[in-house]
Amino acid sequence: MNAAGIPLERRAALADPVERWDRMVEIRHFEDRIKELFAEGLIHGTTHTCQGQEAVSIGIAVAARPTDHVCCTYRGHGTALALGMTLDAILGEITGRVIGTIGGVGGSMHLSERSVGLLPTSAIVGAGIPIAAGAALTAQVRGEDNCAIAVFGDGATNIGAFHEGLNLAAIWQLPVVFVCENNSYGEYSRIDLTTPVTDLAVRAASYAIPSEIVDGQDVDSVIAAVSSALERARSGGGPTFLECKTYRYSGHSRADQATYRPAGELDEWLARDPIELYRNQLIAEGTLDAAKAEALRSSIVQRIEDCVDRVMASEPAGVAAMFQHVYAPTTASEA
Amino acid sequence: MRQSIARALADEMTDDSTVILMGEDIGAAEGPFKTSEGLLDQFGPLRVRDTPISEMGFCGAAVGAAATGLRPVVEIMFIEFLGVALDMLVTEAAKLRYLSGGAYTAPLVVRASVGAGLGFGTQHSQTLETWMYATPGLKLVVPSGANTAYGLVRAAIRDDDPVVVLEPRVLYAERQEVDFAPIRLGVADVVRAGTDVTVVALGQTVGTALAAAADAPWSADVIDLRTLIPWDRERVLESVERTGRLVLVEESPYSGGWGTEIAAHVGAECFHALKAPIVRFTCPDVPVPYPAHLEQRFLPSVDDVRAGISELIATSRRPRPWWEREGYAS
Repeated sequence: MNAAGIPLERRAALADPVERWDRMVEIRHFEDRIKELFAEGLIHGTTHTCQGQEAVSIGIAVAARPTDHVCCTYRGHGTALALGMTLDAILGEITGRVIGTIGGVGGSMHLSERSVGLLPTSAIVGAGIPIAAGAALTAQVRGEDNCAIAVFGDGATNIGAFHEGLNLAAIWQLPVVFVCENNSYGEYSRIDLTTPVTDLAVRAASYAIPSEIVDGQDVDSVIAAVSSALERARSGGGPTFLECKTYRYSGHSRADQATYRPAGELDEWLARDPIELYRNQLIAEGTLDAAKAEALRSSIVQRIEDCVDRVMASEPAGVAAMFQHVYAPTTASEA
Repeated sequence: MRQSIARALADEMTDDSTVILMGEDIGAAEGPFKTSEGLLDQFGPLRVRDTPISEMGFCGAAVGAAATGLRPVVEIMFIEFLGVALDMLVTEAAKLRYLSGGAYTAPLVVRASVGAGLGFGTQHSQTLETWMYATPGLKLVVPSGANTAYGLVRAAIRDDDPVVVLEPRVLYAERQEVDFAPIRLGVADVVRAGTDVTVVALGQTVGTALAAAADAPWSADVIDLRTLIPWDRERVLESVERTGRLVLVEESPYSGGWGTEIAAHVGAECFHALKAPIVRFTCPDVPVPYPAHLEQRFLPSVDDVRAGISELIATSRRPRPWWEREGYAS
């Protein structure tokens, strides 16, 4: 088996509910391992991990087609893994290796994989929202039935790009789904200190965009909500805004220990951990049993260790890499 | 010039069905400066799209559309309005190719009207090319009349990278013969040949430079730069090697204007050939004034350029700009 995998095949595998759970666990362990590697000083720069938000990423990946376009943020490892990007491509990118998705020049915040529809993730809060509207515009102008999905946090709903992007999508009835991962914190600040409404879904009403509050810890709820929003978009019904209530177990970035959280808040959310919820559901349905779940978990841990070993032993990006893909190659007719 | 821009847009839209237009009042109203006259009728509302007053929104949409298969051309009514959308151009469009290892590209065009001369006041009269100057991944062109406007707009749309077209607003009403051919980006044009001095100009200062050279006691190579990013180093250096003198005529502030980069590079490369210091004729370091007589004073004048070059040739010293001579600023 090719340890690195093929993104489209990894995406297709999510048809199986057990694979969905497996991928959620993969995201969790990957993020935990990334934090360790940073703490050990083995990785340069910064990173933003998404432990606790795995159900949203998987829900989007299950509901969307690989031909749909996804614009995501710098907290993008989970979305990227869910959509099908390989562990090696992501860790390679985070560690500045040749095998990284763009040869190591981007780092943790800049992942992309065209074969599964992932546009370059942006380090600018809210930027992906109008960009997703534009990807949806292409489908509308060309008469294609693919859609666009913007994934962003609660903090992005206070920046102009959010409001301009939603307004444009509404007046042009673009086939786009806005998925807000409301994890209650914009960087280091609680949402109630920065935002006058608690339920962000109400903001869609001012653009006459249908919206829904979704249990972001329950993968099936996310799949159902994103699927029906995509169906609306594909049938000419225009944009939808989904507010997925979720939680970020880590701080904003690796430097943030999240000491601003009220005591007990993390524990309340851990009690509804998306991975445990889904595991219990699959066991109750008879699709998974406890022994198999443990075996899968061990094999995921091993898979990630193997990835770390391979990537850390692989070649760092060469100097030539930073001179590539700045401009289009000059064609012979221009030279 | 406005007709040649509308014609260039129409010709590209006819040749390539992925070209679309977005901007404020460009459809039904045919553009505030009538640069999209007739295009809504010819190509319909799917491809000629009036937008809300929402530059961040529609510039962002242009990035997403360009990444996924269209060639959007957005119009920014006044370049100042790009301020609220600069992220989309400088941080998103210009980085898209780099941040996807070439898998995604952003073949979009941002057109904006720029410059002083029509009394729009200080927040509607800047050129602001230096907002984008130090941005690898972008290209930037400035037409100097109807012919270069046609050729540069067509080439900009065909280019696979994001291109900014800054259109001197004062030239929209000017008429000129048009070749109806794309102009290769990155190539300057020697619009007058001479031997004593190389005069490099851009946009509306090309006319100033040509007028100054027309009945001057010296003979000049006048170069219309046409593309600022990437500027034509080869053509400028070749000229300065021959003439031994370089003068830049800029509609930009003295401090940090676009000529600083060219002066620095030519100074370093052609030091051996230079008979005199490199001199920049620019605007003073002040906001653009509103009244017509002050607006004209603000812009580099034909008389100042002609007299200044005569002084440079006679003395090999930098002619002091008028605001220094007259004691307004140092």
